[in-house]
Amino acid sequence: MKVTIDGIAIDVEPGTTILNAARQIGGDIVPPAMCYYSKLKDSGGKCRTCLVKVSKGSEKDPRPMPKLVASCRTTVMDGMEVQNITSPEVIEARKGIVEILLLNHPLDCPICDQAGECDLQNLGFEHGAAKTRYEFDRRTFEKIDIGDKIQLHMTRCILCYRCVFTADQITDHRIHGILNRGDHSEISTYITAAVDNDFSGNVIDVCPVGALTDKTFRFKNRVWFTKPVDAHRDCDHEKCNGKVTLWYKGEEVLRVTARKDVYGEVEEFICNTCRFDKKKTSDWVIDGPRHISNKSVINANHYDFVPLPVVKTNPVLIEANKEQFERDTRL
Amino acid sequence: MARKLLLEHINVPGINTFDVYRSKGGYASVEKALKTMTPDEIVEEVKKSGLRGRGGAGFPTGMKWSFLAKPEGVARYLVCNADESEPGTFKDRYLMTYIPHLLIEGMIVASFALGAKTSYIYVRGEMMPQIRILERAIAEAKAKGFLGKNILSTGYDLELYVQPGGGAYICGEETALLESLEGKRGNPRIKPPFPAIAGLYGCPTVVNNVESIAAVVPIINEGADEYAKIGIGRSTGTKLISAGGNVKNPGVYEIDLGLPVEEFLYSEEYCGGIANGKRLKAVVAGGSSVPILPANLFLKTINNEPRLMSYESLADGGFVSGTMLGSGGFIAYDEDQCIVRNTWNFTRFYHHESCGQCSPCREGTGWMEKVLHRLEHGHGKMSDMDLLVDVSKKIEGNTICPLGDAAAWPVASAIRHFRDEFEWHVTNGAEAVTRNFGLAHYADPLPKKEEPVA
Repeated sequence: MKVTIDGIAIDVEPGTTILNAARQIGGDIVPPAMCYYSKLKDSGGKCRTCLVKVSKGSEKDPRPMPKLVASCRTTVMDGMEVQNITSPEVIEARKGIVEILLLNHPLDCPICDQAGECDLQNLGFEHGAAKTRYEFDRRTFEKIDIGDKIQLHMTRCILCYRCVFTADQITDHRIHGILNRGDHSEISTYITAAVDNDFSGNVIDVCPVGALTDKTFRFKNRVWFTKPVDAHRDCDHEKCNGKVTLWYKGEEVLRVTARKDVYGEVEEFICNTCRFDKKKTSDWVIDGPRHISNKSVINANHYDFVPLPVVKTNPVLIEANKEQFERDTRL
Repeated sequence: MARKLLLEHINVPGINTFDVYRSKGGYASVEKALKTMTPDEIVEEVKKSGLRGRGGAGFPTGMKWSFLAKPEGVARYLVCNADESEPGTFKDRYLMTYIPHLLIEGMIVASFALGAKTSYIYVRGEMMPQIRILERAIAEAKAKGFLGKNILSTGYDLELYVQPGGGAYICGEETALLESLEGKRGNPRIKPPFPAIAGLYGCPTVVNNVESIAAVVPIINEGADEYAKIGIGRSTGTKLISAGGNVKNPGVYEIDLGLPVEEFLYSEEYCGGIANGKRLKAVVAGGSSVPILPANLFLKTINNEPRLMSYESLADGGFVSGTMLGSGGFIAYDEDQCIVRNTWNFTRFYHHESCGQCSPCREGTGWMEKVLHRLEHGHGKMSDMDLLVDVSKKIEGNTICPLGDAAAWPVASAIRHFRDEFEWHVTNGAEAVTRNFGLAHYADPLPKKEEPVA
């Protein structure tokens, strides 16, 4: 099926969503997604950041769709034309959504463990306004421990439901869910029951914000001071094949996560033993450094290439900076 | 006096019992439909009648029925949406309380037309008396052979169940209703797939309002052509309007669609004018979700034509100067009512009832409520009005279900038409707490066509 997104045409399988078609093209035209998670069935459609405009429904029925649609849940039709960043309407709506998502978000990034790898932070940076127009108190919740390794800080939650789907689909039973309604909704366990499951740690990885954090890593370090290294071990859990990313500070493994792709989605879910209990280099076989996009703050000061000195045209200045220039280009 | 189709026998004593209802010609449509018509003929008849959904959106009922997927070997369901919880609307409750057999009769005919063997009436949890009334009525009908196995020896089986809801407004949205009916949290589903393809338990399902289903009875009894003669244009038949607010005679009225609003509001037969000799300031024509209109724009359209109670005429002028028929929850405001307070009250309702699934509605309704609360209590700012309009635009159309639109429209329209009053609340903050703005110019005759109304 042929679909055109922001003027770029691509052929995709029937049943592909607009978002996944855009991801196949890649680049700037990929709509941001806060709740959609490609590894989780039925996720998406809730945060509304991936709204796009369908300017032509299909070859058969060329009428445009009356409203903006959630690209993560809308499947492509043959001949569909989609506008994402070329439509001012979409940009405006997305800006509104970002503002709305940040209304009740505490903006405590300086003390949040997710900072640096937070989807909401990136989204706010790219699409949000510098100031909010919201002048009221934000809703707050007490921090609660769900299980002995995971802490839930509901104040930061944007209710993407990813952790609910994870518990439903990855673990064998779910004991946490959404309580209450509207902006009082909260993720919680039923009467402080503990989440105890071999795969429960994955809710930390799928959380787009810092609402679910790893208690073995909390306040240990900022992610951009740590060095990600791919590693694997022979995990005896039947559903886990032990492929992880180790986050080093010096010689010490500070935390273990699943390997995440460019959209921040894990490649394979890992078990709790790998995540929480194996924190020695001797437990692992190192595969090599983890490649992180050079746009990410995790790569701060680790540029893929060194920018050339600004002076390029004035021969006198080039001569004066020759030594510096040579040193920089040699790297 | 116009002929009543639904409420014809409403004043007959004991009409809520099977025997009295039957003696007044009740269940004739079941006999006619099951014995002389095929399901397709019934659907065709309903299509021809031009009946439009009475729950608010006004989607043609016959069309909805014909969209129902009919795969082999898969059950189909008819669900009656009796989760009436729109502020201002109380017509379905009235119908179920006083003439429950009309709904059951309609359910039998509609279920037969759609091929449903099991049908549900999803009633809002607060309506416990109505649930008991319906259950008693179902038991009576079953005892007389109108429900259960082999109805009237035609070989058609139908089980009808009443399901109480938990009392959430959002469960009146059809997909949230189905989720709730399945025993899950009442969050609206993301469409597509539509319920006509995959609804209750993943099976093709039709969800109809109580009044739409009840209206099938006169359509079958009298024929689609007779029914379509009533009304005007594409608004055919009769409609129950629940009039409330500052009218002299509040209550449920059955009107022919196309009745001039002036007649409905002021004639003794219907509302009887505004109570206590006051003057009309504003009207919400179809339940809290539809745009509010000032008296002058409500009685006359922008082109100075009299407005009629019909889907088209009330919507004349679009969102700039029109409103919607909605679910027929007619609320009139007299000169002593404060529009800011009313808007705040509506928004408070939507804030409370938002399911919290998608972000614009979850966060946006709360934001609007807080800003309006501030305005109402005299602490507002001049920039608040633009802020509210902007927030309502960010919500409208960007949500999973229509609750976001329903929350945004009353705010946007109140500011569009009553901006003076909002501004007065800012400039005279202290005074606004103790007295209301009054009628001002909201009932003045409309200016000539050339000048746009601010």
